Amino acid sequence: MILAPNTPAPDFELNSTPDQRLKLSDLKGKKVILSFYPADWSPVCSDQLALYNETLNIFREAGAELLGISVDSKWSHLAFSQDRKFHFPLLADFEPKGAVAKQYGVYNDKTGEAHRALFVIDEDGVIQWSYQSPDGINPGADGILDALEQLNNRKNK
Amino acid sequence: MAHLKTAVGKDDHKLGNPNASKVLVEYGDYQCSHCGIAFPHINRLLDNYGDEILFVFRNFPLQESHPAAMMAALAAEAAGRQGKFWEMHDMIFEHQDSLSADTLINLAEKLHLDMEQFSNDWRSQELLKRVEGDFESGLRSGVNGTPTFFLNGARYDNYDETYASLEQMMRE
Repeated sequence: MILAPNTPAPDFELNSTPDQRLKLSDLKGKKVILSFYPADWSPVCSDQLALYNETLNIFREAGAELLGISVDSKWSHLAFSQDRKFHFPLLADFEPKGAVAKQYGVYNDKTGEAHRALFVIDEDGVIQWSYQSPDGINPGADGILDALEQLNNRKNK
Repeated sequence: MAHLKTAVGKDDHKLGNPNASKVLVEYGDYQCSHCGIAFPHINRLLDNYGDEILFVFRNFPLQESHPAAMMAALAAEAAGRQGKFWEMHDMIFEHQDSLSADTLINLAEKLHLDMEQFSNDWRSQELLKRVEGDFESGLRSGVNGTPTFFLNGARYDNYDETYASLEQMMRE
């Protein structure tokens, strides 16, 4: 089962580039959008990550950093990221394969890939919103933006 | 089910009958080949049902995937400042394969636009804000790629790149 809101986000440390590692807990104090996706190299026009790449300004205005994560290797991520001109990190949940996806309850045993799933994590490292999209359907950005807006409204009260 | 968060308003670009019971909003990208495929379908729909439908086009340029998408969107908006939005819109789609700053200037000249004004509007912050506003309203409404259509405010997911799937909405 996908981890539900109010669950502390399991910490992890994964490669974000071939020679850099990123630890979720290093981002405490910021909001984090964690976007699990099945595989690098899906088609462009309706591609979820290409959409989020264009939404980064709006995410950042809301105080959130975006992390993409799949079971692909750091080398595939590097090539994919350069090809698509992504301006956010792609994390390699590669060894042991899918370990982080399993912790978050979004690993697909049949395909050996992560499901398409989204988490919005607050400044204290607690999951505030999660969503698993049906296979092959790009969930868009509206759910994330609504979740961020609710978080920001709550804080201002 | 995704819904249009920004209602159709006076600043939107519209074609067809303003009092029609069907309001179709497209979020599109001038350099997206799928929007290029939808373009003649929309025109055919308007030819066949122009009295029964109001069509609205909003910009959703994916700039990193389509380097000319933003400048094309701004060029159409700039032409709109001189009352030629739809003329420019059509010509941009007709020249989709060769979009560049030069092409867009040529198209503006073909429309006999006041080129000094066009060039100022094309680079204006105001039009940039407008296009970015379209984009954000699309994101918040659940646009996840282009083209995305909304029929009377509800996202229309039955479009499959055929005219028939678009025409289907006239019977809903």
